[in-house]
Amino acid sequence: MFDYDTLSHALGLTVVVMPLLLLSVLGLPSLLGRPLSERATSRMVQASVCIALAAACGVLALMLSYGTRQVVIELGHWVSVPHFHFVVEFEFDRLSVPFVMLTLTLCGTIGAFATRYLHREPGYNRFFVLFALFMAGMVVTSLAGTIEALFAGWELVGISSALLVAFFQERPAPVRNGLRVWSVYRVSDAALLIAAILLHHLTGEGDFSKLMGSGPWPDGHAVLTEGQAIGVGLLLLVAAAGKSALVPFSGWLPRAMEGPTPSSAVFYGALSVHLGAFLLLRVSPILELSWVLSAAVVALGVVTATLATLACRAQTDIKSSLSFASLAQVGIIFAEIGFGLHYIALAHIIGHACLRTLQFLRAPSLLQDYRTLENAIGDRLPRLPGLGGRLIPAGGASVWIYRLAMERGYLDAMLDRFVAKPLVRLFRAFDRLEHKWTDLLSGGHRREPDPALSSTDRLDDIP
Amino acid sequence: MTELHLPWLEISVLIPLISAIWVERQRDPDAARKWCLVFSSLTLASTLAAWADFLSLSVFQAHDRWDLMHELIGRDVLVIDELSAPLLPLAAGLYLLTAIATLRTKIRRFSFAWTLVSEAIVLATFSCKEPWGVIALLAAGTIPPFIELRARGKPTGVYVWHMATFVVLLVLGWAAIEAEGRQRLHSFWAVAPLLAAVFIRCGIVPFHCWMADLFERATFGTALLFASPIVGAYAAVRLVLPISPDSVLRTLGLISLVTAFYAAGMALVQREARRFFCYLFLSNSALVLVGLETATPIGLTGALCVWLSVALALSGFGLTLRALESRHGRLSLTTFHGLYDHTPALAVCFMLTGLASVGFPGTFGFIGTEMLIDGAVQAYPYVGIAVVVVTALNGIAIVQAYFRLFTGTRHASSVSLAICFRERFAVLALAAFILAGGLYPQPGVASRHHAAMEILRERESKLAEMQRERGREGEIESVLVEAPSRVLPLPPSPTHSLAPSPPLSLTQPIVH
Repeated sequence: MFDYDTLSHALGLTVVVMPLLLLSVLGLPSLLGRPLSERATSRMVQASVCIALAAACGVLALMLSYGTRQVVIELGHWVSVPHFHFVVEFEFDRLSVPFVMLTLTLCGTIGAFATRYLHREPGYNRFFVLFALFMAGMVVTSLAGTIEALFAGWELVGISSALLVAFFQERPAPVRNGLRVWSVYRVSDAALLIAAILLHHLTGEGDFSKLMGSGPWPDGHAVLTEGQAIGVGLLLLVAAAGKSALVPFSGWLPRAMEGPTPSSAVFYGALSVHLGAFLLLRVSPILELSWVLSAAVVALGVVTATLATLACRAQTDIKSSLSFASLAQVGIIFAEIGFGLHYIALAHIIGHACLRTLQFLRAPSLLQDYRTLENAIGDRLPRLPGLGGRLIPAGGASVWIYRLAMERGYLDAMLDRFVAKPLVRLFRAFDRLEHKWTDLLSGGHRREPDPALSSTDRLDDIP
Repeated sequence: MTELHLPWLEISVLIPLISAIWVERQRDPDAARKWCLVFSSLTLASTLAAWADFLSLSVFQAHDRWDLMHELIGRDVLVIDELSAPLLPLAAGLYLLTAIATLRTKIRRFSFAWTLVSEAIVLATFSCKEPWGVIALLAAGTIPPFIELRARGKPTGVYVWHMATFVVLLVLGWAAIEAEGRQRLHSFWAVAPLLAAVFIRCGIVPFHCWMADLFERATFGTALLFASPIVGAYAAVRLVLPISPDSVLRTLGLISLVTAFYAAGMALVQREARRFFCYLFLSNSALVLVGLETATPIGLTGALCVWLSVALALSGFGLTLRALESRHGRLSLTTFHGLYDHTPALAVCFMLTGLASVGFPGTFGFIGTEMLIDGAVQAYPYVGIAVVVVTALNGIAIVQAYFRLFTGTRHASSVSLAICFRERFAVLALAAFILAGGLYPQPGVASRHHAAMEILRERESKLAEMQRERGREGEIESVLVEAPSRVLPLPPSPTHSLAPSPPLSLTQPIVH
């Protein structure tokens, strides 16, 4: 019979391999111009999710039976030269196992929903290729045993998210919003990469088990000084804030609702919006080294939760409203992490993810549900004023607060005005200078003129 | 020096050179294209054979058996070593893919004969280690695009000014080096002309305008082939790196970093696809120079890996743009084109090659970019951070261009815009290289690491020679030297994912 190590390693490997296998099975035929049929795609998705989930449950059962808190699967050196090693390692512990099970459960649910929701949709195959890419990224991120592997999964989640926001690509609005999401994700990726490189530079380590000390999560102790922890921790906080749409990056979240409902549900209601929180939970021993860092996490979470609570009450469509409601909860989760309440935060993530997935999937039918209820009771549904309505005094302040909520905190406008537009203006000025210089050198010969700016160009064009 | 089993290098150079005459005589452009494909394939096969032969010998460098140049002038002009071995098939492959992906709409404008001549020059350049040989070949390499510009009646002022300056500075610079004495590290002012020449050829700010001008006026294929092998980086490695003091390398690195950031920003605001591609290319090729400057094992290995990945990925990216241009004409980035439904394969290739160029996980450039950033951080932490910012900006620019070209509207066409079999072959070949290299990067990284260590050993020997020379003159001099472990191989650390960076030693007096 198999011993514990062999069995746990085999099951753990299955959890990692199945999403990657799904990605190659769906992606390669598409690359060759021979995409699979809807039925075959649907079956592949179901099979891979079920097998991966069963394997994850198997790992959990083994860990509970043998009382182990950590299973590390080291696949060896992916790259090894005398001055550089890239180790591939996956870790099953009290953080990653629940998160990967949540991922697989929700992905399976969404996959089943999407096979019907997107039936005969021209982009059916494209959706599921991106969906497989997303799932692979989520599983790799959840189970990553090194910060480089986490970064790799992080990036896969990012590109799949952006392309799914732009799923309805024959319209310009989803595409513009997809670019906005991607731009924020790139900032987040850059922060994470810099943090990873700095961690290597300071400690020579990339393995979480060595970075966070010998104890399994969440009992580790980071091998950094307080000053180092603040530097690295702030970068990780920026990365987490970008991925989870915290202030000042919250503007991308309602824009992401342009995508199809299944992707909105699984990405922005359930999984990828919690990825920032997952990152902070993973590196919680670093946060514990500095009260400044913990306070920053709490402050960011509280500010985001407050703004999101206001914004969700002023939105005019259900998905935007849900997205801000989701964000409010994410803000609270961040605050919980900042206070060191790791298990509460993890439980909050799991419960919140399941609730939001349900709400997002039901969102398109909401009006129908309301009409059914109103027909049943024969009257309009009663609308009681909420706590916020009772707390905020009527008059000028409430108008200002309403506008702030309606404009989603003016965050996008501020980023555009103070970051994007100055950069664009500067480089366009350089471009004009270069044109003049080359005209001078070429003796005044005009080049083929640049096409005139389209009249439909708007502020949204600026990344 | 060890000999290859056959004169592969000479064969690789002579096939395109001689076949150019045959191709030029073809009146039918289609026949010219077919012959070009045949001869390019033979050239690629020859370069692959050279690489395989070199690997089988397990030496640091080798030259041809029955070396004609050795017989004529008594020196080994064409040499293959760890650095150039994969560059030869890379260059040959790029030329072949470009010829394969040339559609009928472009075959009358694209000169296959001069492309073969250009290929011969590039392969000879990569096979040459002798400084004057490299200089002569770099100068010769500037001629084919000039011929094309003249043939098309386009203004050549910008190109001629820059390339003439480049050649003059190369000649003057190396003459000054030889006047000072070759076997030593030279002062900043002696190396400055060479450095300026490398800046021009690599398109380093502020000497980069010629490249955008070339992309606008020449055929896309010609401009792409002139830029994508990154011959300027080869000049930097062969001419500048072995003889330059640390101050020169720091200058090279700093200005390259500024160029990378500047070009990344410019790529974001371009309104025309060719200029966008040019700036994207400039940004990525500048990052190669940043890595070369670090002169550390990791940074240099990363730079050499990124060199290969950028050349391959951006060539594929450029070929995709070229394929779109063949169907659509010059592409504006101010409006949405909505070409996805007509050319989904090109869309996927565009995204794949674009992301590979910025080191996306799962692609060939991921490990190289990681190593380059790590090497840069070890040398100068802020440089590493800046490199990360540059790759982030490039990633945004690529996806922005993707959305502009392939989405945002429905494109109505009365003719089919689907890709043909040749283009699909080129797309799939590139995708295979990019993904295979991404999933199994060890051989490529190990090969580049060997080349990096060889370059550093050569530089280290020059340092030692300088110290002996200064010692003979009885001077006490402070030289900025790095701790020996920074250059020589560190003992492997099996339990760590990255060996801790050894401390840099401060300036220390050398007393003889």
